[in-house]
Amino acid sequence: MNPLLELRALDKRFGGLHVTRAVSLTVEPGERLALIGPNGAGKTTLVNLVSGVLAATTGKVLLAGHDLTHRSQAQRVRAGLARTFQITTLAAHLPVQRQVELALFEREGLSGRFFRSVNAYPALAAEARALLAELGLQEQAELPTGQLAYGEQRLVELALALALKPRVLLLDEPMAGVPKGEGARLLAALAALPDTLAVLLIEHDMDLVFRFARRIVVLAEGAVLADGVPDAVRRDPAVRHAYLGH
Amino acid sequence: MSTASTLTTPPAWRLPLLVLAAGAVSFFALPDQLGLVTRIAIMALLVLSLDLVVGIAGLATLGQAAMFGAGAYGAGLFALHLHGDPLLGLMVGCAAGALLAFLTGAFVLRYQGFTFLMLTVAVSQIAASLVQRGRDWTGGDDGLTGYTVAPLLGQFNFDLEGRTAAIYSVAVLAGACWLARRIVNSPFGLAVRGIHENRARMAALGTPVFLRLLGMYTLAGGLAGAAGALAAQTQGVVGLDSLSFGLSAELLVMLVLGGAGRLHGALIGALVFTLLHHTAASINPYHWLFVVGGVLMAVVLVPPEKAWSWLRARLGRPQAGRQVTGRPEAGPQDAERAAEVPR
Repeated sequence: MNPLLELRALDKRFGGLHVTRAVSLTVEPGERLALIGPNGAGKTTLVNLVSGVLAATTGKVLLAGHDLTHRSQAQRVRAGLARTFQITTLAAHLPVQRQVELALFEREGLSGRFFRSVNAYPALAAEARALLAELGLQEQAELPTGQLAYGEQRLVELALALALKPRVLLLDEPMAGVPKGEGARLLAALAALPDTLAVLLIEHDMDLVFRFARRIVVLAEGAVLADGVPDAVRRDPAVRHAYLGH
Repeated sequence: MSTASTLTTPPAWRLPLLVLAAGAVSFFALPDQLGLVTRIAIMALLVLSLDLVVGIAGLATLGQAAMFGAGAYGAGLFALHLHGDPLLGLMVGCAAGALLAFLTGAFVLRYQGFTFLMLTVAVSQIAASLVQRGRDWTGGDDGLTGYTVAPLLGQFNFDLEGRTAAIYSVAVLAGACWLARRIVNSPFGLAVRGIHENRARMAALGTPVFLRLLGMYTLAGGLAGAAGALAAQTQGVVGLDSLSFGLSAELLVMLVLGGAGRLHGALIGALVFTLLHHTAASINPYHWLFVVGGVLMAVVLVPPEKAWSWLRARLGRPQAGRQVTGRPEAGPQDAERAAEVPR
């Protein structure tokens, strides 16, 4: 059987800069995989290659055996690949619930409808409210997204990705910039992600990585340095040398 | 939450109803100024179309006059060679504007920001030079004339006082307002507003960004074309100035004057600008632009909140509390100010 997500010798060059070097990876359904590595290791580039923001120089991206390498970002989302951003990327003036509804309209293929009101889809509005309630954001549903605390905005990022009902979720540093006090809700939300969902997590927060991941891939200078269960990766001398620095 | 929900959308009938009411009042109050009423309605329709592109989709363009010109020449040529019926001509103008927007949008919408802006200028310049060159068809510098427009609905002649023209233009504007509001309130309109706010976010949600923008650009082109058709039919002549860079720039001034992104702002801007033009130009034909420049500077530099509180103080009403929830259609300045509100 095909793995759910498969990267085959993915390579990316920006002119003379070789940022991703022959990265091969597989992700299985329900997997909790963390991608770590020093700054500049090419982690975000890899997420951009997988999600279709960037086109790979060579190599392939496959989802459940289907080749997505030459598909657009929109087509990859429809195939079941959703992502969040390292830097919060939201429509700041839209109310939170409206923003979630946008994701639902996209998922249902309704975003080309130009005559019926957005308020004529009560089932989707209810789904948006339910999703926000699950993440503890029901109080903020009607506020413009830009007025939420940063930690809450990170939750909205997660809500948008979940609204798309993806098969593979790419989380690009979900805890980045979240103040200590606001992190607990996000951690709880991450722990409660459905078992069937495959999650690829990029994170600098090692506490979160070792708590969340059941497998860790270490990236250094664009190439895979190590791939294994957390304990093995932690003991790997090459990893200690290149990344942990001791 | 005590204020109205941010999730309610303005009803689609409100704006057209106001337009019809204003049209009716001016029809009886200013019977000798119906030409001005017609001109305001046409400009308002054109600025409304620009608001869909600039205010809703966030695409700064200086080429909306091209679609207006396409509609005007399309309707004029249709009346000259094929049929004089105004409603058929209106549809032809609408189609001409939408077609030009679709064809040029398919190219220029691949670019953003300054490049996009320059390309829209280039498109309207090319359109103007093509019209100028094709004098056998378009009349070139002399303009397109010699066509006659049949009575509206086979009943109402376009009379010299301009009564039919005024009612017709105001009615079409009201219809366009209704349509524009429906579009903005729809999932499609929401997706386009989302693209305006954050393109990367919408792409990550799976939105075909280019197609959505092309859709909005085409719809707006259709409305601009309808405005062009109205102009051609009510003035009896189509000139090269209908495609000019100057017109595109004036439209943008009108939109900023009234406030972009809210639809009614487009109408207010067109009304204020055209009235200023009309009155100031008759007082001093050389210096009226000075007045427009001053007003524009005030609008751009004075935040709306300050202007409102000044106005309230003037009218002797108590200051309303600061609105914390904000509006879904609030502009970027509003958000910056909202960010200062302590949580």
